[in-house]
Amino acid sequence: MESAFSAADLSAIWLTLKLATVVTFILLLIGTPMAWWLARTRSGWKGAIGALVALPIVLPPTVIGFYLLVMMGPDGPIGHLTQSLGIGLLPFTFTGLVIASVFYSLPFVVQPLQNAFEAIPERALETAATLRATALDTFFSVVVPLARPGFLTAAVLGFAHTVGEFGVVLMIGGNIPGQTRVVSVQIYDHVEAMQYGAAHWLSAGMVVFSFVVLLLLYTFNPTGRRR
Amino acid sequence: MIRACFKLARPEFTLDVDTQLPVRGVTALFGPSGSGKTTLLRCIAGLERASGSLHVDGAVWQDETTFLPVHRRPLGYVFQEASLFPHLSVRANLEYGYTRIRPGERRVQPGQVIDWLGLGPLIARADPAELSGGERQRVAIGRALLASPRILMMDEPLSALDTASRQEIIPYLERLHRELSIPLLYVSHALDEVVRLADHLVLLEQGRVIASGPLGETLARLDLPIARFDDAGVVIEAVVAQHDEAYQLTRLDFSGGSLWVGRVNRPPGSHVRARVLARDVSIATIEPQGSSISNILAARISEIRDEGADKALVRMTLGNEQVLLARITRRSSDLLGLCAGMPVFAQVKSVVLTT
Repeated sequence: MESAFSAADLSAIWLTLKLATVVTFILLLIGTPMAWWLARTRSGWKGAIGALVALPIVLPPTVIGFYLLVMMGPDGPIGHLTQSLGIGLLPFTFTGLVIASVFYSLPFVVQPLQNAFEAIPERALETAATLRATALDTFFSVVVPLARPGFLTAAVLGFAHTVGEFGVVLMIGGNIPGQTRVVSVQIYDHVEAMQYGAAHWLSAGMVVFSFVVLLLLYTFNPTGRRR
Repeated sequence: MIRACFKLARPEFTLDVDTQLPVRGVTALFGPSGSGKTTLLRCIAGLERASGSLHVDGAVWQDETTFLPVHRRPLGYVFQEASLFPHLSVRANLEYGYTRIRPGERRVQPGQVIDWLGLGPLIARADPAELSGGERQRVAIGRALLASPRILMMDEPLSALDTASRQEIIPYLERLHRELSIPLLYVSHALDEVVRLADHLVLLEQGRVIASGPLGETLARLDLPIARFDDAGVVIEAVVAQHDEAYQLTRLDFSGGSLWVGRVNRPPGSHVRARVLARDVSIATIEPQGSSISNILAARISEIRDEGADKALVRMTLGNEQVLLARITRRSSDLLGLCAGMPVFAQVKSVVLTT
């Protein structure tokens, strides 16, 4: 156990951080309108869509991975699309991993945002409208500042949950160094090869990382009223 | 002129109005809770989407094909509770609407509003949460004014406040009334506020407009539910005529005569609004002699309406147009043989100045 991390370990760490960053960014972009819709709609579809978004919380990651694999495979609808666009097939690529992770981590971003949006009183939106603010203006000048803790929670949970995924990665990404081999897979490989020391370093790193992230979240994201 | 025609089904009532409201002075929408007054105001603001049409000063705000979104309606709206944005400073709250209208359309300046509403000391404080309820509501009124509205709407702006805060705000509302030419639509279920502020009264009941007219005329009608209120009465627009320093009294002159009231702290010539409650007026068929009541006015009965078995409400005319109501027992009415057209003397026991 002379050096803490091997080159392969560092590559896995780098890939994990890259994946989590890209996925968090995408999730905030698509999760925000979804959460807004779920928080404000009176549509009868609210329950169904909400349940669909929450599915990854209860489903085994292998199930999500399996269906995404089938859909992105050569005979799946997404596979047909990507092939006809000349992108090729997505499984066992970084892009495929990003798409799978977006599905997998979606509820961890949408739900905190939805809760934050639901806590904003209708009156605040009405007030802004009577003061000449358009819906978009209201969103950025009233909703985003008031929902800031929700955005922070969503980003941190989305990031951390993507860092921690394993089953989906194995199903959809496999184990290609520098492409799809993330930290959790690397730990699995170390254990398979009886390299417990290396597994320890990465695992302990994950524990510390997760703890620090949650500590920062709970310390700097006071819930409830300001002050 | 606002021409509003709305239909909107609600669990408690169905709003069904087709009415015209003046865009001048203060128009009060008055009625018990569940009468639809707030809903009507929200429909005019566009916060509620009813079927129907709405024309304001000739402009279409809503018809079969048009629904002007709230943010494009030139209005100011003050909600029941102040609803200041908690993430913005007091000043940023105040200027939220102001910064969102084109400089050419800004007819009100922050300095004026800060001055009018006495917001100077509040501006310095950063967090709206530090303000009292009354102070928050003053900031909310200022914020609405700074959006340079063509109509200012207030939905029971005082009802969430305690009595002290209410007393603190009313003078500001009266000043707005006197000094601003912005018409005000004011929703209230408190008759004393309405009597103090309104020029035009719209009565709602179960989603319908049951009466609409100048305040004085409408209050003097015997056929409306407000006539049955314990504090039913009329308003008298009067002028301060003379002070009697020795007895600390003031004489008010109005079109139907004059009244002596407790010393009013206003220079002669000032316009004041006085309120005379029906229960404070009694009737004599011959001019009373040796009475301690100093306000005895010659009047002519125009209408009598029985209120149950024991009470009667009598409407009298003083001079040409001023009306007075008296609530008396039906027994007295019968003993005196009161009837429409009869000349009588109204004894006014008490006058409440509202301004």
